[in-house]
Formats: sequence, structure tokens, C-alpha cells
Amino acid sequence: MEIIKSFINYISRPTVLFTVVLATFFFVFPPNNWFMKVNRKLRIYKIWSNKGGIVIFSVLLAFFLFGGLTDHNFQLIIFKPDNVPIIGLIFGVTFFLWLGMKQALENDERIANNEPVDEYYDPEDKVLVWPDLIYVEFIALILCSVFLTIWGIVLKAPLEEPANLADSPNPSKAPWYFLGLQEMLVYYDPWLAGVVFPTLIIVGLMAIPYIDLNPKGSGYYSYAERKAEISIFMFGWLGMWVILIIIGTFLRGPNWNFFGPFQYWDSHLLPALTNVNLSEYVWVKWLEQGLPKNIIKREIFGFLLIGGYFAFLPPILTLTIFKKYFEKLGTARYSVFLVLVLSLAALPAKMYLRWLFNLKYLVAIPEYFFNI
Amino acid sequence: MKDSKEGKESLFQKVSSTQIWRSIFRTGGIPTTRRQRMMGVLNNVFLHLHPVRLPKHAVKVKYTWCMGGLSFFVFLILTITGILLMFYYRPTVEHAYMDMIDLGEQVPLGIMREIHRWGAHLMVITVWLHMFRVFLTGSYKPPREFNWAVGVILLTLTLLLSFTGYLLPWDQLAIWAITVGANMGRASPFLGYEGPGAALMQIGDVKLVHPGADASFILKAGRFVGEATLLRFYVLHCIGLPFIIMIFMAVHFWRVRKDGGISGPT
Ligand code: HEM
Repeated sequence: MEIIKSFINYISRPTVLFTVVLATFFFVFPPNNWFMKVNRKLRIYKIWSNKGGIVIFSVLLAFFLFGGLTDHNFQLIIFKPDNVPIIGLIFGVTFFLWLGMKQALENDERIANNEPVDEYYDPEDKVLVWPDLIYVEFIALILCSVFLTIWGIVLKAPLEEPANLADSPNPSKAPWYFLGLQEMLVYYDPWLAGVVFPTLIIVGLMAIPYIDLNPKGSGYYSYAERKAEISIFMFGWLGMWVILIIIGTFLRGPNWNFFGPFQYWDSHLLPALTNVNLSEYVWVKWLEQGLPKNIIKREIFGFLLIGGYFAFLPPILTLTIFKKYFEKLGTARYSVFLVLVLSLAALPAKMYLRWLFNLKYLVAIPEYFFNI
Repeated sequence: MKDSKEGKESLFQKVSSTQIWRSIFRTGGIPTTRRQRMMGVLNNVFLHLHPVRLPKHAVKVKYTWCMGGLSFFVFLILTITGILLMFYYRPTVEHAYMDMIDLGEQVPLGIMREIHRWGAHLMVITVWLHMFRVFLTGSYKPPREFNWAVGVILLTLTLLLSFTGYLLPWDQLAIWAITVGANMGRASPFLGYEGPGAALMQIGDVKLVHPGADASFILKAGRFVGEATLLRFYVLHCIGLPFIIMIFMAVHFWRVRKDGGISGPT
């Protein structure tokens, strides 16, 4: 028992979790033909079949039952009233992911066999809204009302001590749907994690229909016809956003330290402050001098690195894996696409720099609150 | 009605042939013929948000997951329970917290707060899943690009509604969650006093952005989360944001129809 628990604690660490996700993600959601082939060969697509669905669901359920029944620390986090919806979210997202992918793969097969997709009906053969849609809606409304009423009766809304500005709880957490942003604060300063990235997320989401010029796959589930689009979207949404929320909610305790699902939230544990800025690495550790007084000179390496990320990576990507997109999208769309993709990748990039080198900031100009 | 015996009118038929009934429901009794059913949808202000006829796939739950409709329905539940809560809740530091306790203990049917709170969580989830469905069916592709963008605005507004409501119980959970969120505003580039570029926002010697005038201050109506913040969030939560989201919902629904109804193959 304890061995299982410490194993789960271990693999829930952001370092391990993200590495596992990164290493497997593109095989599960293949962005191109090569990954698709591997996916086929290893039969990973089987998880979207009925059997696969049952397996995923059972594993999830077993995990929550196991933890919920046997572990006190686990109970404390999952039964916190405001955390309950996130468990619903985990099951909901898993179920609908499965439902969507299942239909997509079924349609892929039909398309490959030159059959019409499942959604296709003779355009002349329509049904009347009254009663065919109205009764579906009616049932949905009743089920939803019943569900909410029962939820309301069973689970009391939380009310803690009266507000007291002098006594800040540890940890202080934002509402759960913003915990992805709060979790980003570990790696990026608030001006990026709290302002620039959210803006980019909103703008980036809005930009999707204007960047994605693929005319196929409109109005029916499919995967094979739009591999890259789905893969990138899933990476941002599932691979980063949902996972960050889960980490932020369930696995961050006092002092924003990481705690595995079965670990006690020890508030005496202080975060190890061993993070070092790039400028200190270069000037102090390697060149063995003091930090230069001139800010630009001091931070020049960080600027070069970030400049390089946004200046050298684009041409390399354009000439290699993104060549097709550049030709299809044209300069304007492609540039927006690149900026968004590079920004998305900047998050895991910084995470790994932190984990591997204890890197704090690439560019650190606290004088002007400009830290990256 | 089919099963009413020949010559004998059922009660419903009698009621539905009265002048009062016919003045309210323009199409009369239970529609049985095709024509009546079509008129029933067209002649009702609520139902006529729908088209009259739909392709078969569009009414299947496995296609839409019902998530857009449920998002709207949960929004309606939130509006109704929210109005009920407003009867009892006073947005002042003095009363807010006690009113919360009373809502659970003194008010008949004391689960309105629960339904409202869990409904808010649920709406965030259904809106996400709706977005996810729209993405997976590629329904944002032309001619629906703009409606996707409207949807993203709706998602943002949903989150803001939830966020502003989070403060109102005025307990530890509330103020500290809002403090964490609102303090990020301090770091806004140019607009927050701890943000990069804030030092540039200066005319001569006059600082435009400082702790008493920046993005975070505007959000909180003060340097800390306090009475003024509570009032500001209350007004936004109960009037400002619902007003805006309803406008965008109207546009969203109207565009679903104008863009050719629910998406589908070919
Ligand atoms: C308050 C939030 C929202 C409400 C109440 C809402 C409601 C609806 C409803 C009732 C439909 C009809 C079809 C269906 O039920 O799936 C619909 C369609 C649509 N929604 Fe939303 N929506 C919301 C948010 C969003 C978001 C966040 C997005 C995307 C980012 C979005 C994009 C769309 C698009 C593109 C369609 C057309 C889909 C099609 O034709 O298949 N909506 N919405």
C-alpha cells in the first residue's frame, strides 16, 4: 500500500508528470504522419474504443476510490467543497475526450473507406424541432436541474472564518479556474503569468479560425483530416492548462510547495531558495567577475537567448517541420501562428530550465520590474 | 389529441380552446399535424430561437453534447437563484458574512446559495466542454469564425462572473482568492505600478501609474480588498457582467442561426 502511494506521489511531481506527458503526448495525439504510424503500430488508438474507455474510466475511479477510502491526506484535498467540481471536471473531460475521439476515429475509418461520415444525412431528410429537439432539451434540463439540486443538498457551500486582512492563509489560492495562472507564477513573474499569457490565451483562441485554413473536418468529428490542429489544441488545453489546474489545486500546499496526493501538507517546509539568474551564472560563476553595473551589459546574455528564441527559431522551423504551413498560410497568418506556438512552448521551456539548472530569470531587471 | 374519445373533448382540449388560452398561445392546443408543429415553434418567442426543421445529426446528443444549451440553461438557473440571493444579501463589510450564515440557516429552502455556487462551477465546466466540442467538430471554420470569437468572449465573461462572485461571501477564502487575483493587476505592463514600463508612464514629474492609480487599484477600488472592492464586485457581478454577457449571448445565438444553423458535413 505505502509503496503504491509513494510511487503515485513520485509520479505526480511536476518534473516527472510533465516529462511523462511530453514524452507520450504526441504519440497519443499524433500531429503528423510519422507519429500517426507509431500510434497505429503500438495500437495506442485503442484507448478510444469502448474497451479502452472502460479501462480509462476504471483506472480513474479506482484511483479516487483507493485514495478516498484509504488515505487521510487525500481525503482532505478531494473533499474540500470547492475542489469537488474539479473532480467532476476530471471525469467530465475524460469522458467527453473519449466520446469525441471515439467518434473522430470512427469517422476517419469511414472517410478512408470512402463512406459518408456518421453525421451525414440526406439534406432533404430533416426532422422537426418540435418535438425532436424540444424533448431532448427538455430531458437535459430536467436532468441538469435534478443534478444541481442534489449537489446543493448533499454538499454545503463553504464558508470559512470571516474575512481578515491581517491573517493570510497559507497557501492563498485563487479560484480553481485561475489556478493554472497561479501555477505559472512559479516559473514566470506576474506580469507574464498573470497578464501577458492570459491575454495571449484569449487572443490565441480567437485567432484559431483565422489561422486554421484547412477546409476539411468542418461539421463532423474527425482526427486524421486535421491532425496538427487537434494535436496543438489538445497540448495547450489538456497538456498544459488542465494539468496546471490539477497541480495547482490538489498538489500545492503551504508556501506553494509541492505535495503528492498522499502527502501531509507540512507548513514548516520552506521552499529551497537556490534559484539563480542567468546573469549570475554567466558573470559570477563562469567568468568569475562581479555583475556589471550597466543593466544592459549585465543582462545581455538573457536578451540574446530570448532574442534568439524568437529570431533564430522561426527560420529554422520554417525551413523544417513548419515548411508546409508557411506555404499554406502565407506570411501574416504564419507569423501569428509562430508567435502563438513559440509562446505556448515558452512555458515548458522555462519549466525545464528551472528544473534542470535552477534557473530563476533569463533576464532579471528588478529595477524596472522586468524579469523573464 | 389522438386518444380522446370521439365526440368527447378532453379537459385539455376544452382549456386550450378558450379565448384566454388562444390569446396566449398563438397556435392553440397540442400540435399534432406537421403544420401545427412548425407553427408552434415559429409562433413562440422562446422556441423560435430554433429553426423549424433540423438535419438529423443536429438533434443527437452525441454530436453537440447539449453543452451550449446547458451552458445557457445553467446561466438561467444562476440568474434566478442570484435574484433570490439578492433579497437577503447586503454587500457591506458589516453584513455580508452574517447574511451568508443566515442564508443557510434562517431562509426557507436554504440551498439557494449552494445551487448558485455549484451552478457557477458547473457553468465554467459546461462552457469549457462546449468549446471543446465546437473545436473537435471543426465548427469554428467558415462561416462560423466570428461566432467562435464571440464564444471566447463569453468564456472570458463567464470566468469573470465567477471571479467577482467569489468575493461576496466575505470570508477568508473569498478575500484571499480575490487578493491573489487582483494583485496580478499590479504587474500589468505599463498599467500596474509593479509592472514593466510603469516608470515610463510619466508626464514631466507627474507619475501616472502609482499604488494609488493603477490596474490593480481600479479593480479593487483601493489599495486593499475592502468595502469599496466588495461594492464594486457586487455591482459587476449582479448587474454589469450579466448585462454584458446577455448581449453577447444574444449575438451568439443569433449568429448560430445566421451562419446556417448548427454545423454539419457538406
Ligand atoms: C456562456 C457561454 C456560451 C453559451 C451559453 C453558448 C451557447 C451556444 C449554443 C446554445 C449553441 C448551439 C449549439 C450547441 O448547443 O452546441 C452554440 C453554438 C456555438 N458556440 Fe457557443 N456558447 C457559449 C460559449 C461558447 C464558447 C466559449 C465558444 C468557443 C470558444 C463557442 C462557440 C460556438 C460556436 C462556434 C457555435 C456554432 C457551433 C456549430 O454550429 O456547430 N460558444 N453556443
